[in-house]
Amino acid sequence: MRIEIQIQRFDPDNGQEPTYESFRLEVPRHITVLDAIIQIKDEQDGSVTFRRSCRSAICGSCAMRINGRSGLACDTLVVDELDRFGEIKVQPLAHMPVLRDLAVDMTPFWNRIESVKPWVEREEGTEPEWPVEKETLMPQSFVDELDDVSRCIMCMACFSACEIAEVDDDFLGPAALAKAYRMVADPRDCETGERLSKLNEHGGYWDCTRCNQCVEACPKDVKPMEAIVSLRREAINSGLTDTVGSRHITEFLNIVRQEGRLNEGRMPLKMKMSQPMELLKIMPMAMKMLAKGKLPMPIHPPIPRVREVRRIMDAKGKGESK
Amino acid sequence: MQWVSHDVLIIGAGLAGMRAALELPAHLDVGVLSKVHPVRSHSGAAQGGINAALREEDSWEDHAFDTVKGSDYLGDQDAIETMCKEAPSDIRQMEQWGVIFSRADDQRIAQRPFGGAGYPRTCYAADRTGHALLHAMYERVLKRNTTVYSEWFLTSVIVEEGQCVGITALNMSTGELFGCRAKAVIMATGGYGRVYLTSSNGLVNTGDGMAAAYRAGAPLMDMEFVQFHPTTLKSNGVLITEGSRGEGGTLINARGDRFMSTYAPNALELASRDVVSRAEQTEINEGRGVDGCVLLDLRHLGRDKIMERLPQIRDLAIKFAGTDPIEVPIPVRPGAHYSMGGIQSNLDGITPVPGLYAAGECSCVSVHGANRLGGNSLLETIVFGRRTGAAAGQFVLDRAMPNPGNHHLDEQHHKIAALMDTNEGDRAGALRQELGTIMNQSVGVFRTQDNLTEAVAQAEVIHTRAQKLWVMDKSRVFNTDLTEALEFQSIVDLARTIAAGALAREECRGAHFREDHPGRDDDNWMKHTIANHSEAGPVLTDHPVTFTRFEPQERTY
Repeated sequence: MRIEIQIQRFDPDNGQEPTYESFRLEVPRHITVLDAIIQIKDEQDGSVTFRRSCRSAICGSCAMRINGRSGLACDTLVVDELDRFGEIKVQPLAHMPVLRDLAVDMTPFWNRIESVKPWVEREEGTEPEWPVEKETLMPQSFVDELDDVSRCIMCMACFSACEIAEVDDDFLGPAALAKAYRMVADPRDCETGERLSKLNEHGGYWDCTRCNQCVEACPKDVKPMEAIVSLRREAINSGLTDTVGSRHITEFLNIVRQEGRLNEGRMPLKMKMSQPMELLKIMPMAMKMLAKGKLPMPIHPPIPRVREVRRIMDAKGKGESK
Repeated sequence: MQWVSHDVLIIGAGLAGMRAALELPAHLDVGVLSKVHPVRSHSGAAQGGINAALREEDSWEDHAFDTVKGSDYLGDQDAIETMCKEAPSDIRQMEQWGVIFSRADDQRIAQRPFGGAGYPRTCYAADRTGHALLHAMYERVLKRNTTVYSEWFLTSVIVEEGQCVGITALNMSTGELFGCRAKAVIMATGGYGRVYLTSSNGLVNTGDGMAAAYRAGAPLMDMEFVQFHPTTLKSNGVLITEGSRGEGGTLINARGDRFMSTYAPNALELASRDVVSRAEQTEINEGRGVDGCVLLDLRHLGRDKIMERLPQIRDLAIKFAGTDPIEVPIPVRPGAHYSMGGIQSNLDGITPVPGLYAAGECSCVSVHGANRLGGNSLLETIVFGRRTGAAAGQFVLDRAMPNPGNHHLDEQHHKIAALMDTNEGDRAGALRQELGTIMNQSVGVFRTQDNLTEAVAQAEVIHTRAQKLWVMDKSRVFNTDLTEALEFQSIVDLARTIAAGALAREECRGAHFREDHPGRDDDNWMKHTIANHSEAGPVLTDHPVTFTRFEPQERTY
């Protein structure tokens, strides 16, 4: 079939802004976007620049934005894109400087990965020297729990899709946090506490808005957002509760327990309780919202039959502790 | 002129290269140079597993016997014994370093049956074992804080007065050429699958390190032995792991017959890879194939087992073959997969060129001989990566930093300038197709003197044409059109050694099958083939095979 692909071109040496260039080519029906781009490079324009290697979605080289969505070009079929969008437009990944055409400078991504110390840190003296006589015993159920995060191929699609990375250069991003969770959850690692408290800071797991973009972009179904949620749970369970994020969760539960439903008027007060200056800062906004009827009154009675809500919560709590 | 220096410079950041880096003592200045970011290396594509006799009821001697038999008695038995003896410790070390292996009921590392093995000794991490090992290894390299030159392209190996003293390389992101002085250089650049038109290998597997070492005077050994994996997808050669047969998958032909019972009545689908590939090709050639393929049937394993043990395989089959193996068999055929041959080296990675070391698929120790067993390639990278790192670390202790001449860089400048200045000639992509087709047709699973003679001649012509390639991209930054041209020059050099070796070896052994010379000929051919570089093409000699405890026997499965 005859198709057209628009590729975003950029060469830092020619001093021009990125522009789309259109290529027409004849391809077999069952062709991937990557193979189509390779065909363009081989047959039409050798200067089209991109990374690629394995063609089987395991090396992570060929991530790019295809019709605006970040993913692997080797894992995306031309016909699927045409069916859905009627055209094929490819751009480099977002949130990293473009090196050339579809190849980005990966430094911002790898710096984030390195900053989470992405290796299993053993208690001093517990790592056996070669020859190693035995392995760590570990049930398969444990391997299964880490299955999602162990699939990550570091293709950067999630980082490119991340909405927080768009606005906050300090955010570690989905892949780095998923890798951090993989280490936190590993029984062989001895730095769980240090890792959790470091990531409890600005740029860490509380800065995710759970928009789910990373989950949708990931070609290996790593579900980075769920790893971030798991990190939050681990943090609260380990006593790291003095953050807006963790108070949001604990106070949410407390309010529901007390009143049988969420009290949106009380939530901000509870979350910023220990930071009076922060509380003062949001006051003018709160007053304005109140005046416009956008803020529910913080004081109201519990719903009728609130005890039933509490019983549900108790039962659920017990269920979880099993 | 730009030069950097390292005590030890490692080319290639896959499993072998990174394992070597980790073995070098902390006081040495180590550099690792790779044309792709380390986690993009092709080690990560290995699926099924890594062999070691971990269990009490298994033994390293049995592992060694299976490997020797698999090699069709061409493997060097001292190296094989070393590998099998040290395998359990290396696997356990990788586990202690953080690899998440699949587990057995007793919580120890799980093991599955693999082709040519008398015991289920293949450790695995679902069907992405290479990925699990590669990422853990990279994490370890980060912890060690090693200098990594990521996306630097090797352009030459520098040998002065018979000694390796450094390399030259292109920094892809800037287009600048650099020299690196080194007291020792370890080559760990993997295989050359892209010599063939269809291959399970990644597009980066062009054998640059092997070719650069060869041009600099290092001998290549046993290049005619190319493994064709029995189960690759028709459309693009993507690999379907042997683990799918290890888990119980069967091969059937167009009539629905489980044809392996004719070719390997005992081991069936788990015969050694060369045996299974030949059986498939025979079925296809004799008209019992399905659209140029045979069928890999996993349906009887059931959804749960497929989802737990072979999830990636299922995704690949759905995506690239349009078949869900839970419901329909996958069409597969033999595809170029692994280079048994490579830079001649011993079990410490030492090559005949002092200062030059080699480990992993680019080397030929030889532990695989004429045919590699599944699960032994990942093992080789780790055992011999470690041993090579240790040996190079010793070698550099009392060695002064060499000072290679600037003319080595000048030569590369001129070579690249010549390519960049031309606006005519063949495109690397088109020539790669042409050569790849010849290699597929004439230097494939079945070989004859006539076909090979023709292939040798055609490869020579293509070699001449490849010296003047047309690089369309004239830009400086990340010029992959230029690197593809340089890669093709590696490919064609290696293709000539493969075809020449295959023409010379008049017998059938392991993966090398001569229709015009049936049977193994131990009297004349129980020896390694050595290819040395000359301007006129490869010059062949031979080298004896090392025996320890295993006498050659007839090889049946």
